[in-house]
Order: sequence, then structure tokens, then C-alpha cells
Amino acid sequence: MIEVSNLHKSFGDVEVLKGISTTFEKGKTNLIIGQSGSGKTVFLKCLLGLFNYEKGSIAYDGKIFAKLTEDEKRNIRAEIGMVFQGSALFDSMTIAENVMFPLKMFTKQSKSEMEDRVNFVLKRVNLETAHNKMPSEASGGMQKRVAIARAIVNNPKYLFCDEPNSGLDPKTAIVIDNLIQEITDEYQITTVINSHDMNSVMEIGEKIVFLRNGLKAWEGSNKTIFKTDNEVVTDFVYSSNLFKKVRKMYIEENE
Amino acid sequence: MTYLHNIGAYFLMIVEMFRKPTKWTVMKQLILKDIDDLIIGSLGIAAFISFFVGGVVTIQTALNIDSPLIPKYLVGFATRQSIILEFAPTFMSIIMAGKVGSFITSSIGTMRVTEQIDALEVMGINSLNYLVFPKFIALLLYPFIISIAMFLGILGGMAACVYGGFSSLEDYIVGIQTDFETFHVIYAFIKTFVFAFILATVPSFHGYFMKGGALEVGKASTTSFVWTSVVIIILNYFLTQMLLS
Repeated sequence: MIEVSNLHKSFGDVEVLKGISTTFEKGKTNLIIGQSGSGKTVFLKCLLGLFNYEKGSIAYDGKIFAKLTEDEKRNIRAEIGMVFQGSALFDSMTIAENVMFPLKMFTKQSKSEMEDRVNFVLKRVNLETAHNKMPSEASGGMQKRVAIARAIVNNPKYLFCDEPNSGLDPKTAIVIDNLIQEITDEYQITTVINSHDMNSVMEIGEKIVFLRNGLKAWEGSNKTIFKTDNEVVTDFVYSSNLFKKVRKMYIEENE
Repeated sequence: MTYLHNIGAYFLMIVEMFRKPTKWTVMKQLILKDIDDLIIGSLGIAAFISFFVGGVVTIQTALNIDSPLIPKYLVGFATRQSIILEFAPTFMSIIMAGKVGSFITSSIGTMRVTEQIDALEVMGINSLNYLVFPKFIALLLYPFIISIAMFLGILGGMAACVYGGFSSLEDYIVGIQTDFETFHVIYAFIKTFVFAFILATVPSFHGYFMKGGALEVGKASTTSFVWTSVVIIILNYFLTQMLLS
């Protein structure tokens, strides 16, 4: 579980996060949504420790990150898996080497143990035959799956995904969403996803945090988002006619 | 103000580079890869340029010595002094700032743009130690390139001298042995080690702290070449002043 309390972050005179408090629960896919410029990426980077913040706290399973020693912070980071928007695979390594990288860095496993784990994880993301390909030879969807494999190979307690569906076709996007949700359930990971994709919101948003102008404007789930009368949320989520119709049908069916 | 900020950031980067070392088994592979990329990969161009520049230095010297009172062996002497004192350590380093420096800036800059450095940081890896330290260690072998440049420069001079008919082989060999001072070679290698450090760190700084996209990677490579050259030229002046005068 990750608990965020009154988080403030500024760049110069511009206050990007203006006091966000929320909880990301274990074994659930937690989504951060909001318009461009609402502070989602900055929020995610604060959670990851890539940005320092001025005020507030972030606690990983009760341990307040800012109060930890460097070694303790490193231990927490070793428990984090991250899927970047552009996958961020290491260009100079093959797909198998990319996935093996966290094991090489943080475990004392033998080569055969690491290879077994890499084979298992690549099989889990349906990439059994891609071991020796370079990232540049893989499609966008494959790269995302490799990034997920790399993120989960060391059994992380926390999984962060920055727009995992961006640039993917709708079918592949659903495959990636389902994969993230299955992995979250299977390994009871605290998963936090930064997303623009309304399909993801509806499909896997077990908890949704809606940000607006650096503030938490709404919090709920994919069940409650249909019923909310918060205008800011409905304006954003149901901005397309298709989603407006879907919402109308959902409400009519459930009345 | 920006310059002062950047100088401060550069020295902080160097301190950070030695902290939180990467696991030795991984570091070993990174060092070997960087030796291959930065040292072995530069041998061909270094050899080619040294041989021909050595030849040109000899021809220029021979053509400018037209007094019959000046002995012919001075062509070899002047070539040796030019190659050992300046061409091999300093001007080869400027050339390497273009070859090795641009490679370092663009490879680290691309990693920055594509969030690969963020990926390392999120994993709790000291990205500066992981990326810059192996380059620094690999470039400790840089004097090897300079030794080859010295040898081939003098050899190129000999070929130009003999086949161009400027003096005899015997005169040239006498020239390169005349008034030989071991300290000149030591001076050249002291400079080489300093320039190796600059070649590893200044381009890394420009790549690591760059902001933007693909276009900025190109701009960072150009800026890196300019600043690496400027720092090498300035340090060359002060080292020469300190060691030779």
C-alpha cells in the first residue's frame, strides 16, 4: 500500500501539485487520470522518487520515504517495477538481457536461475520466442510487454506504469491492460497507472484518482465513475459522444 | 551565472560518479564494452591521421629549411618534437573529442531522451556510476592510442622524408635520436591522462544533463565537442607552463 499525504511540488513559482492526499491499495490497479498539464506525470515521478517535493509525505507500507536512509531508499527502489511510456528498454541489450538486468543488479542468483526466471516471465507476457531480438526489432506492443516483464522479473511489491497504452492499437492496448491487471491480482502488487485511456479507466480502474490543476478533484472506481455527478469528472471522462451514450445506457440499465 | 552553475554541476557529477558503485560483475562487462567502443574503435582513425600528419609535418619542415647551413637531420628532430610534444597528445585529443566525445554525448543523451536513465534511477542504480565510471576507466587506456599515434606519426614522417627525397633515412634516424629527453615523453603522457579524464567526463556531462528530444541530442554533441576542445586547449597551456617552463 502507498499512502500519500498533502503532497506539494513546485517548479520555480509554478505550483504543480497543491496538496494531494490519497491511498493506493495493494492488489488493486490504481489509476491516476486527468487532462494534460494536470500534474499526473509530476505526481508519478514524486511517487517514484525521481522528483523531490517540498511538503507532504509518501509512505510505502508505512515507511515514510523521505525519512529513510539511502540504503533503505535503495531497498524500496529495488521493490519497484516501472513501465515507462516509451518502454525505456536498454538499446544495447537483447530482450532477454533487458529482462535479466534487475536480476543481475540486485540478486545473487546463478546464470541458470536467472535464465529460468527470464524464460518464465517472458512466457508470462507471451514472448517466448523473442529472447534474442534487439528492442529496435520489436513492435510497440512487444516493447511494452518486455517492459512489463522487466518490471515484474524481480517480484516487485509496487508496479508503476506511465501511460502503458500510448501509441498502441485498441486490441493490443486491451491485451496490455489485462496483463497488468492479471499480474496485479496474481502477485498482489500495488499497481499505479498513469493513463489517458478511457478504455483502461472503464476496464481496469479498481481505484481511480482524478487530478485537476494539481489537486485531487475526485476519487472512486470504474463502478462509481458511471454514477458520479461531479461535473469536472463527467466533462473529462465522457467528453466523447460514444462514452456519453455508454454512460446513459449503463445508468438506464441499473435504474 | 549559468557557466558557474554548470561548473558546479560538473564537479558534483564527478563526485557522484564515484559513489554507490555498481555490482562488479556488471561493471566489468561495461568497462570491456567501453574499451571496445572508445579505445579499440578509435585505433583505425588515430593510426590513419597520425601517419599522414607525421608525413605532412616532415614535408613542411623540410621545405622550410632551405639553408645549406642547417643539417638535414633536423627534419627528423623537428618531426619527433612536434609529434611527441603536441600533435599526439593534444591535437589527437581534439580529434578524439570529435570522435569519442560525440559518441559519449549522443549515447548518454539518447538514454536521457528515451527515459533509460530514469529507468536506472527508479531501480535504485546510481546512473552516473553506471554510465560514466566505465568510460573513465576505459579511457585510462587512452595513452595506448597516443603511443601508437606517436610511433605512426614519426613513421609517417620517415616515409615522407625518404620517399619524398627530402633527406636520407640515416639523417632522419639521427634526427629522431638527437637530444632525446625522456621527460618530454613523460610530459606528453601526463597531458594524455588529464585529457583522457576530460574526454570521459565533459561529453558525459553534456549528455547526462541534456533536456529535450532528438534535435537537442545533436546540439548537445556539438556543444560537447566545443567545450571539450576548449578545456583541452586551456589545460594544455597551463600544463605546458607548469611542466616545461
